[in-house]
Amino acid sequence: MSGQATTGNRAEAGWRVLRGLVSPKILGIIGLLAVVCLYTALASDNFLKVGNLENIVHRTALFGILSIGVAFVIITGGIDLSIGSVVCLVGVLLPWLLVQHGWSVPAGVGFVLSLGAGIGLVHGLLVTKLGLQPFVVTLCGLLIYRGVARGLTQDQSQGFGTAYKGLRSLATNRFPIFGEGGFELPATTLIFLVIAVLAAVFLNRTVWGRYLLALGRNEQAARYSGIDTGRMKLLAYVISSTLAALGGMLFVLDINAAQPSDFGNFYELYAIAAAVLGGCSLRGGEGSILGLLVGSALMVVLNNMINLAHPQYQNVEFAIIGGVILAGVIADELVRRAARRRPAA
Amino acid sequence: MNAEPPLVEVKGISKRFPGVRALDDVSLSVGHAEVLALIGENGAGKSTLLKILAGVQPPDDGEMLVAGRPVRFRGVEDALQAGIALIHQELNLADNLDVAGNIFLGREPRRFGLLDLATMGREAAEWLGLVGLDLDPATPLSQLPIGRQQLVEIAKALSTRARLLIMDEPTSSLSARETETLFRVVKELRSRGVSVIWISHRLGEVKELADRVLVLRDGKNAGEISTRAEIEHDRMIRMMVGRDIDRLARRPSHRPGDVVLSARDLRTPAHPGHPISLEVRAGEIIGIAGLVGAGRTELLTTLFGITPAVGGSMAVAGRAVTPRTPIEAISAGLALVPEDRKQQGLVLEMAVRENMSLVALWPESRAGFVDFARERRLAAEMIPALAIKTPGDRQAVQFLSGGNQQKVVLAKWLAMKPKVLLLDEPTRGIDVGAKAEIYDLVHRLAGEGLAVVFVSSEMEEILSLADRALVMHEGRLAGGLSRGDLTEENVMRLAAGGSAERMSA
Repeated sequence: MSGQATTGNRAEAGWRVLRGLVSPKILGIIGLLAVVCLYTALASDNFLKVGNLENIVHRTALFGILSIGVAFVIITGGIDLSIGSVVCLVGVLLPWLLVQHGWSVPAGVGFVLSLGAGIGLVHGLLVTKLGLQPFVVTLCGLLIYRGVARGLTQDQSQGFGTAYKGLRSLATNRFPIFGEGGFELPATTLIFLVIAVLAAVFLNRTVWGRYLLALGRNEQAARYSGIDTGRMKLLAYVISSTLAALGGMLFVLDINAAQPSDFGNFYELYAIAAAVLGGCSLRGGEGSILGLLVGSALMVVLNNMINLAHPQYQNVEFAIIGGVILAGVIADELVRRAARRRPAA
Repeated sequence: MNAEPPLVEVKGISKRFPGVRALDDVSLSVGHAEVLALIGENGAGKSTLLKILAGVQPPDDGEMLVAGRPVRFRGVEDALQAGIALIHQELNLADNLDVAGNIFLGREPRRFGLLDLATMGREAAEWLGLVGLDLDPATPLSQLPIGRQQLVEIAKALSTRARLLIMDEPTSSLSARETETLFRVVKELRSRGVSVIWISHRLGEVKELADRVLVLRDGKNAGEISTRAEIEHDRMIRMMVGRDIDRLARRPSHRPGDVVLSARDLRTPAHPGHPISLEVRAGEIIGIAGLVGAGRTELLTTLFGITPAVGGSMAVAGRAVTPRTPIEAISAGLALVPEDRKQQGLVLEMAVRENMSLVALWPESRAGFVDFARERRLAAEMIPALAIKTPGDRQAVQFLSGGNQQKVVLAKWLAMKPKVLLLDEPTRGIDVGAKAEIYDLVHRLAGEGLAVVFVSSEMEEILSLADRALVMHEGRLAGGLSRGDLTEENVMRLAAGGSAERMSA
């Protein structure tokens, strides 16, 4: 009898882990991703080519890093609109410092990442200590950092030329995991996976993750329970801007050219859209890292779908992506309403 | 009654809500140019009665007469038509508009479809003059102190040709000077033929203003004082309380231990002018009574560091600590079950066990990682100990009943093993059965040496649960009542600003 109970418990525990990872909410978006993939594969022979798949995984990783960052802020009930401009500032600063000003690699990398953390700290302090609205603070950030990036570089495109191969391999390396000629895993994907696992553990397994989820749902109750809500929100803004800086660095190492006037344009919106698709509620308190991964992948695959299957519609890409996201969010809301009508499980 | 019918008369009014008989065969009449005070304890039916008079709710039974003619109000508009205006405790004004805009809100004089600002200003000034306000009608409302805003609200009511003003706790947020001004305006209005129904817990002002007093108790008429000379403090309290006090079951007190919580000249930000000193011993249950707005919740939130003290000092278990944040209060051993369970006590969408572990999470974590096994054990221990009815520890607390939600809040605090438990209206909105369980629990915890301080607006709760009561009045500690002196009359007297009658030696 005890053996039976143990098996039962083990099965139940396994089921619980699975359910924790794949909530019904994510199931919908996974389905949507599968449909878009299937459609593109049928419409274009190029979709399943190894090079294209590598590219999708690579770009998903880069946008996924930004999306994980903004998710922390969204979970606290805030928003970070400055991500694209931080990507731009870091993207032009790194080659500018290394190439034009001869900084060493550790100094340059250390500086841009600290700059990201510092920007997040300032955002967080303005939100928690001065009580400014996150939307306003980070909207100003969006304008300021791009302006600074363009001013510093006099609007000249920045790149590494043919130098810094070692540093650039961080973003350009591919690991042939299936032997020669097969699928090669981009280095960026490895970086993303490490960050995703750390973020998932932080959010779901540590006290601070629990605090973030609690304060996102009900900040007052969290404060009354002795949670330092100000410090936790500050942390979320620091994580967001630091990951934006890391993303900006990887983007410029990959592309090897950053034009200050448009580098990283709209990236904050891609990141936010991916987070929302992946199950983050802009009301706060909800979000899963697996959902972010799927959401980011969906954004990238949608773009890929238009390029491969309907290149004639490239001008309306934004409208198509916007329409698909809106449909996803509407479907999600309808499912949620239906669930609310049913008695609680 | 003379030949002239009274201004407004209601006869045999009843109103039932699910599970409650709010009003049972209540009658009332107001004459012309008369101030009628309506008094009664919390829950006696005053607000229901005034809502019926003002057309907010229809009565189930009974009839209403205005100037001798039967009326049936379908809404506030009908009552206004009949000359009855309600002035809410919380003012219904738009503070982004100016004074004239507020007075004529929804009835703006127009010319060619545009606002006729000149007429509005001129007429507003006349109505403002009636309430003794000499100010420019174009003044933004937000620039006026609360007392003047209230006079604007009265002017607005008069501008609808109201002949009866119903004022619900009109002085509850006014300063002494503003209160005096209001008294003067009410007397002036009475001399001009306007009648007022004055609802207040403050018996001093009833004595000063009222021509007659009508008392409600448990939704029924409990008597009337019809001549000014007979309006006295003690008489009103006796009528409000009734004579059936002995039915309350009191529990035996525990032998108090050492002083666990002490406050010396503690000044709350809400009432900095009234320093408060108190001492609570281990095993003691202290009830804090007083009217709504007397500063009871503010005292608890200051003790707990949510609204940090602006002066004075505190000590918990012999250690000097005046918490500036809830974090400091918790580490000193204080716990607060807050007034608003849903907003302040719980994260509604989170599971029962996640709510229970919220406070104890950090001290019981391993290097910052949540100890999930411990969290499950905590829930497995608390759910039966507090008899929480839930399908499981993963149930979101929003699906539990009020009583069970409150038990989850209690469990959250018991998990940190507090030295002092502060409770703010611990049984508000909770059914009778769960109430009794919470009383038993509090009593048991006190027996285990916990010091308990609770705020309650329910007289029975104070009388049956407290070993000692502190009564607050307008931000100050009006007095303390030990078990021997702890009677409904004494509590009411202190709460209304009088002094207690010593019954024990």
